[in-house]
Amino acid sequence: MLQLKNLIKTAFKSIFKNRMRSLLTSLGIIIGVSAVIVMVAIGEGSQSRIEEGIQSLGTNLIVVFPGTSSSGGVSRGAGSFNRFTFADVEKISQEAMLVKGVSPIVRTGGQVIGGGNNWNTGIYGVSEDYFEIRNWELEYGEFFTERDVKTSNKVALLGKTVANQLFPDQDPVGQKVRIRNVPFLVIGILKAKGQSGMGTDQDDLILAPSTTVYYRLRGWRHVDMINASASSPDRIADAKKEIRAILRESHRINPGEEDDFTVSDQADISEAASETSRILTMLLGSIAGVSLLVGGIGIMNIMLVSVTERTREIGIRLSVGARGKDVLIQFLTEAVILSLSGGIIGILLSLGISFGLNKFTELYTVINPDIIMVSAIFSAAVGIFFGYYPARKASALNPIDALRYE
Amino acid sequence: MDPVIETRNLTKTYQVGDVAVHALRGVNLTVKKGEFLAIMGASGSGKSTLMNLIGCLDLPSSGDYFLDGRHVNSMNKNEYADIRNQKIGFVFQVFNLLPRTNALENVELPLLYDRNGRIKDPLKAAMDALKRVGLADRMDHEPSQLSGGQQQRVAIARALVNSPSIILADEPTGNLDTRTSIDIMALFQELNKQGITVVLVTHEHDIARYANRFVEMRDGLILRDVILKNRRNAAKDLVEFKREDIA
Ligand SMILES: Nc1ncnc2c1ncn2[C@@H]1O[C@H](COP(=O)(O)OP(=O)(O)OP(=O)(O)O)[C@@H](O)[C@H]1O
Ligand SMILES: [Mg+2]
Repeated sequence: MLQLKNLIKTAFKSIFKNRMRSLLTSLGIIIGVSAVIVMVAIGEGSQSRIEEGIQSLGTNLIVVFPGTSSSGGVSRGAGSFNRFTFADVEKISQEAMLVKGVSPIVRTGGQVIGGGNNWNTGIYGVSEDYFEIRNWELEYGEFFTERDVKTSNKVALLGKTVANQLFPDQDPVGQKVRIRNVPFLVIGILKAKGQSGMGTDQDDLILAPSTTVYYRLRGWRHVDMINASASSPDRIADAKKEIRAILRESHRINPGEEDDFTVSDQADISEAASETSRILTMLLGSIAGVSLLVGGIGIMNIMLVSVTERTREIGIRLSVGARGKDVLIQFLTEAVILSLSGGIIGILLSLGISFGLNKFTELYTVINPDIIMVSAIFSAAVGIFFGYYPARKASALNPIDALRYE
Repeated sequence: MDPVIETRNLTKTYQVGDVAVHALRGVNLTVKKGEFLAIMGASGSGKSTLMNLIGCLDLPSSGDYFLDGRHVNSMNKNEYADIRNQKIGFVFQVFNLLPRTNALENVELPLLYDRNGRIKDPLKAAMDALKRVGLADRMDHEPSQLSGGQQQRVAIARALVNSPSIILADEPTGNLDTRTSIDIMALFQELNKQGITVVLVTHEHDIARYANRFVEMRDGLILRDVILKNRRNAAKDLVEFKREDIA
């Protein structure tokens, strides 16, 4: 090989002589690579957040929605079906052998006044089993008891966010809050759970006895949902069957008729949720793919625009005695250097961006090494191909044809 | 004297769409070592085409071409490239310098592809060549910072740097004024005196007078081939010019 050192030196010189062209070429690759990596990292980050969030719901959790559903435990909404009643919950609690705890959920929302402040939040009427089912812990104070539920006591547990909003600088326990004008005694503060995988604040809520919410706060009378926990993780499937049988009986569903409720466990829910986040990842990924493509087309453009100039350059080199191979090596070296440095800068940039996102925003990103490889290889291939291709064509010409190229 | 260049029945036909353009129709030309040949002829008579074939920049359609007794037509592309690099210095009408590249690097270019290692110190060789064309003080200048005449001198320095045995110049003074043209011719005459064979295409009779042999082409054939008697001396003419300037 003819003085490889010289050819590489020539390639470097050429890169620096054509700074603008080199910069634009690399920029296409930098943007393409970093966009793909960051977008996919955001998608995968939110996916892993969602999965973590579902994990934190409690592994034994069983959720019963009203209405049938064809897939994934998502309710079809209001239809002609029986709502749950306290009797349903009572029946499960008494008859199901594989269920450790069961709680109705009576949901409402509204203005809460306390400590001279007011705040809009969700109010959940639940039974004393609920704390264990959903892994709620106390920051301080105490949970309400079975007795509180039986007697519809007006007691309440505040989520951390609600406590901070209403009583920023006093102890809420022992204080009164008025929920839709009904006075409740605050008996405890729930330990903060933070954001859910979907980005909602899990601590923005009030828990109160189901019967109190049902009779005192709600204008309409039914139980929205049932939460239960299986006696152990490997009993979830059997526990679900049990609950189903009990509810079919209490809802008087004849054999062969469809359920008017849906029993799902955490696996079903997480499947539905990851399905959503998978779609999100795919969406982000395809946007990123487009930017990679646009970057590639940008590189192509710049390279093709410079073909005339480069072909003349090749003509000059050939006319003073360069062999075709000499020219090819020079151009290939140029293309590889540009693509490689663009790719590396793009990767570093994306690592920086994803670090910044994790640190300074609520987005959470997870870097996927496969994506780094794929995007780096793709953009390098584009850069090399379009840097090399014109050279291939031109170096095969007679010197005089290359010199005359227009 | 041995013939350096010998063509036998050289033809070149360009196919443009359905039309075949016969640029050369069988040229027989022999140039001996040390000659200074001027080629003239109407526009389109095939001068450039012939020069490109002699300079191994293009391939003939038929016929034979011998360079230093070697049959060039039967060579492969790499040997062709090596001949351009080692034996021939080509000077174009449009200079053909690399843009954004200074004079020194432009002159060094052929040495980059010198695989025989004949020239031990490329940098010194390039500097010497620039000195010979009187541009020692313009080495860092890029083509866009040089006048046309200076650019042509850089191109000549590039043609010289590999110490070729032949210099081919296709209308080297076509874009230059009379004074600068004579300057360039003085340079060629000096190189010729040192034993380099020079073949030059020109449109100007005044320029052709500096050669010692004259060939006229018409329609792709050689019409006239004569030895010039009253050869002019460019160096002398230049002195004349300077005297006029002062007066
Ligand atoms: N690449 C080409 N394709 C087609 N025809 C060509 C090509 N190059 C030259 N010709 C034709 O060949 C003929 C000879 O061209 P050439 O360039 O050799 O003329 P020339 O004597 O150098 O003219 P000039 O004095 O104007 O430079 C012309 O008719 C020209 O049109
Ligand atoms: Mg011509």
